[in-house]
Amino acid sequence: MDYIKKQLPDSLAKTGGIMLAVGVIILVMAFIFTPERAFFDYLWIYLFMVSISVGSLALVALEYLVGATWSTPFRRITEILASMTPVLIILAIPLFFGMHDLFHWTHTEVVENDAILTAKSPYLNVEFFIARTAFCLLLWVMFYFLLTRNSEKQDLDGDPKYTKRNVTLSTIFAPLFVVTITIAAIDWAMSLEPHWFSTIFGVYYFAGTIVAALAATTYASVKLKEGGYLDKSLGDDSFYSLGTLMFGFNVFWAYIAFSQFILIWYADLPEETFWLIHRWEGSWKFVSLALLFFHFVFPFLILVGRNIKTNIRALKWMAPWMLAAHALDLYWLIFPTLFRGNASIGWQELSFPFIIIGLSMVVFKLSAGRKNLMAVKDPKMQMGLDFHL
Amino acid sequence: MIGKILKKFDEKFLKSEPRTGELYAVAALFDTPDQIINAAEKVSGSGYKKFDVLTPYPVHGMDGAMNLKPTGIGWVGLIAGMSGTFLAFLMIWWMVEINYPNIFGGKPYFNLTASIPIMFELTVLLSALTLVGSLITLFLKLPANANPLMDTDFIKRVTSDKFGIYIEAKDAKFKFEEVNALFAELGSSKVSNIHEAVYDIGDTNNPLLNIKFIGVLLGTTASVVVITYFVLNVLLFLPPFDWMQRQPKVLPQTQSEFFKDGYSMRKPVEGTVARGFMPYEFNGMPDSMVVITPNPLPVTKKVLDLGKKRYDTYCSPCHGYYGKGDSRLRGQFPVPPTLHSVKVANWKDANIYHVITNGQNTMPSYASSISRDDRWAIVHYLRVLQRSTNAPESDFETK
Repeated sequence: MDYIKKQLPDSLAKTGGIMLAVGVIILVMAFIFTPERAFFDYLWIYLFMVSISVGSLALVALEYLVGATWSTPFRRITEILASMTPVLIILAIPLFFGMHDLFHWTHTEVVENDAILTAKSPYLNVEFFIARTAFCLLLWVMFYFLLTRNSEKQDLDGDPKYTKRNVTLSTIFAPLFVVTITIAAIDWAMSLEPHWFSTIFGVYYFAGTIVAALAATTYASVKLKEGGYLDKSLGDDSFYSLGTLMFGFNVFWAYIAFSQFILIWYADLPEETFWLIHRWEGSWKFVSLALLFFHFVFPFLILVGRNIKTNIRALKWMAPWMLAAHALDLYWLIFPTLFRGNASIGWQELSFPFIIIGLSMVVFKLSAGRKNLMAVKDPKMQMGLDFHL
Repeated sequence: MIGKILKKFDEKFLKSEPRTGELYAVAALFDTPDQIINAAEKVSGSGYKKFDVLTPYPVHGMDGAMNLKPTGIGWVGLIAGMSGTFLAFLMIWWMVEINYPNIFGGKPYFNLTASIPIMFELTVLLSALTLVGSLITLFLKLPANANPLMDTDFIKRVTSDKFGIYIEAKDAKFKFEEVNALFAELGSSKVSNIHEAVYDIGDTNNPLLNIKFIGVLLGTTASVVVITYFVLNVLLFLPPFDWMQRQPKVLPQTQSEFFKDGYSMRKPVEGTVARGFMPYEFNGMPDSMVVITPNPLPVTKKVLDLGKKRYDTYCSPCHGYYGKGDSRLRGQFPVPPTLHSVKVANWKDANIYHVITNGQNTMPSYASSISRDDRWAIVHYLRVLQRSTNAPESDFETK
């Protein structure tokens, strides 16, 4: 391999910092004028960050688990994307202050007069909620540090024992990830409507996170490849596999989303249907339809062919598309609780793109600064570079 | 044990090699994936077109090494899959809209949501079957039912532990010595010549009339029948399920220990009236005591149709289709007088209703066989019959 370590340009951190600052200013303004709405925006941003960072961590673990070789050249980029996980702990703190605005079940007087919420209160109470959140975050951060530390140590001596250690770690992480991502989805998104329940909800959110993480990895890899930061011999066939996986998990997302929908639709029980009805009232109908077409139908038709997936310039467009689709997905999950009857987009929501893009750029630059952008001495690296269909 | 039997069978009947047909191809075996990639590159680089590579598992990079053009098989899959989607849509639509419309769970007859799983399944099924079908078609070169490569040592090795490449004799550049030399130069572990299989059917003119063949056929059929019979009726026999007949439930007209009074059937609450069983208050009373009430039903086509249907069923056997007393049961029952008499024509609706409900002279009560509304509908229809025989002039004017 002919990988030469190159520093990412400082402009990345600068531009990112400016965008982040603009986003934070918008968000602070929103907190001053419309505090409730600002907390929903914040939750939206937070869940998107969780999707990318924890989804990337899951992808890293997945590579070790299944012994994939084609993804080894991209693994370090996925690790860098996962470096948002420690930041999530700090970002979670404002969320706890907004719980009263976000979650209906935190209102004690409401819970006392509501038989269903009273029955759910052993799970849905503030103390246990914070404990669960802390548990999930600490677990993710712990595995992030364990997995990346081994991977980075391997850059120095190329000892295969680090790979073996990471395989063991990933085996432990996989079931824990499934549990924690389900808890995260139920706590932060599903409990916005505490009367509603869907047992597939954790899987639904998980499918979305993996699509988002793959899209982020794809976009970052294509940009770095174009900028000459990656190995020259890394071919289109490797990017093809990223595209295939993105396509596959997108279909999986649609499958899960439809499974959730058809069961609620068929059973037609009022305790379940109201959640979908809120997403079909007024202009929410168009948001739901947009989700169907922009998250599934169009990407499916575009990505189904082989030519698109081997064309990295096309992937460079499809990856942000899928990230935007995931943002729409989260908007569709979160905001009907706040805006009953009609969807709404205001200046407050501008904070989302600014903070997401800005924060990602800053964290990427800071995290990548002292690392190789490829796992240079990974024993599987040469196989990954030689990968052909 | 079974392996040995199969091998004997193979030697006796299939006689896979040596073959006597024309040369089909020259095939070479290699030991490692790297060697086969190298061989594929060299063979395609030397300008051979009709060659193929067989490996026990997918070897990455083979498409490039063999210099293959992008395959169009994806389009076959796409078209087959889309046909599956469309056929499933049509099938469901026809079944629930035309063939057997039925309401399930308050949903419309046809609804897309419920059809999507089936459309999805049929998409997958049809594209998978078509792709496997096209694979077999292309490999066997239908209508041939076997590829010459089958039953050779070459194919046996490439399906277990070796990597094989062969060049067909039909190839424009094919020269026996050159191909052999090329394979030897590439380091092949074994080069073999594959001939077309020619199956010798011996001196029997028509193998279907062979006594042995017919005997084996009949013997096999008989044994399959006997074995199947014993397996299904003796070995795997299950008694019929009768747990729907033997239910711990209360039967009518029986004693029950569940209730204190020992009756299995419950009496209705005092004063309740079952639907459609409203008692008639003037039951058994003479005509003069009936309080005249108007007919509660409106005069509409629907009501008159109902009245005609009930009249034709219950009244017409004695009163006749037109109410003239032209009974179809003439001679078996006394013939009732005509319903077009001045007496009946001047009766109020309630009187006619009273007669149907209560009976009159030899006419029995129809209260138990004709429901309340149906009786009132019959009264309306009777008025139509009467009007038809005694229509005023104004009825004939065209409007």
